Amino acid sequence: MSNVFIAFQHNEESRPVVDAILADNPHAVAVHTPGLVKIDAPNRLQIRRATIEEQTGRPYDLQQLHVNLVTLSGHIDEDDDELTLSWKH
Amino acid sequence: MNIDLQAREIKPLRNTFAHVAKYVGDDKPASRYQEATFGAQPSANFHYRPTWDPQHEIFDAARSKIVLADWYVLKDPRQFYYASWTMARARQQDAMEANFQFVESRGMVDKMPDDVREKALRVLMPLRHAAWGANMNNSSICAYGYGTAFTAPAMFHAMDNLGVAQYLTRLGLVLGEPSVLEEGKQAWLQDAHWQVLRRYVEDTLVVKDPFELFVAQNLALDGLLYPLVYGSFVDDHVAMQGGTAVAMLTAFMTEWHEESARWVDAVVKAAGAESEANRVQISAWVQAWTQRAQAALAPIADLALADTGGRALDDAATLLAERCRKAGVQG
Repeated sequence: MSNVFIAFQHNEESRPVVDAILADNPHAVAVHTPGLVKIDAPNRLQIRRATIEEQTGRPYDLQQLHVNLVTLSGHIDEDDDELTLSWKH
Repeated sequence: MNIDLQAREIKPLRNTFAHVAKYVGDDKPASRYQEATFGAQPSANFHYRPTWDPQHEIFDAARSKIVLADWYVLKDPRQFYYASWTMARARQQDAMEANFQFVESRGMVDKMPDDVREKALRVLMPLRHAAWGANMNNSSICAYGYGTAFTAPAMFHAMDNLGVAQYLTRLGLVLGEPSVLEEGKQAWLQDAHWQVLRRYVEDTLVVKDPFELFVAQNLALDGLLYPLVYGSFVDDHVAMQGGTAVAMLTAFMTEWHEESARWVDAVVKAAGAESEANRVQISAWVQAWTQRAQAALAPIADLALADTGGRALDDAATLLAERCRKAGVQG
């Protein structure tokens, strides 16, 4: 078992994304460092558009998260509604 | 000599202002929306009552029949504060600008049949004045309402309505000569089709209770007008007859109505959920104003859609009733 992680700039735009990730992934842990939020999760981490939209009350395009994305690890499985990080091929 | 650079984390002693923490707690940083909204309503040390309304304080929750222990429960699900609202609208403005450019550069207006163009102008031009009324009414809600969570989005809504009126003006100038604006105004003032709606708008201009005004304008009237005009008329009728240009130039209205309806519904729902008295009062307002709005829009549905107008208006009413039901009030 190994971790996947994703890190965002710590700002107002990434806040709902981080909140959504923590809501959807109960095992994920957010680590706040200056200017940065890194979210670690064992094996698998999922970002769902619908959850982000619940947080903001507005339509969200998952591609928007790349604006504040700093780094990530894991294999990416991405479509319009979800972005999943895992070590599965 | 070595210079050792290190990042050092400085933990803030407090996560947010005390007046915000009172609402959301201090265990994590508050969002900009929360900081721009909670505790922002001036609530004390009013030395003098306004000379123009000595029965009330300058900011006074008693101007409305709706009673809430805390007016900050009327949160905006879109979480708009000034910056997020302007950024969202700027994006939409860019999209609309591109639409106008597309329509003009492709000569799409010339390809429209003349009767469709004239019909679109006849229905849409007088609505500039209805949108202006909505602007005035929402400004009034902001001025006399209580609680920043309620009044700030009302001001945004007022400016949005001004934007709607401006898009209609530009649409008129693209589709016809500048004289169409004056013709629209004359229709608003004289033409029998518009007089019931004009009476509705003018009557709402003098409604004193900010929450009643909110229901009359944003829920009852706009809840019927937008689906009828921009849905049934523009998107389903005009666009099908070669008037796609009109649908493109009113794209903002459809999108905006859908978005802002969520705010309107959330406000009504939160206020109604507080007490039975509120729920009954709001339901009474909804019923009275919806009935009037339906009567006001009937001649316009007729003008716009002829035989199918009645059914389109009924569809809009069903939609509105469903929204009211979900918000927990009787439509």
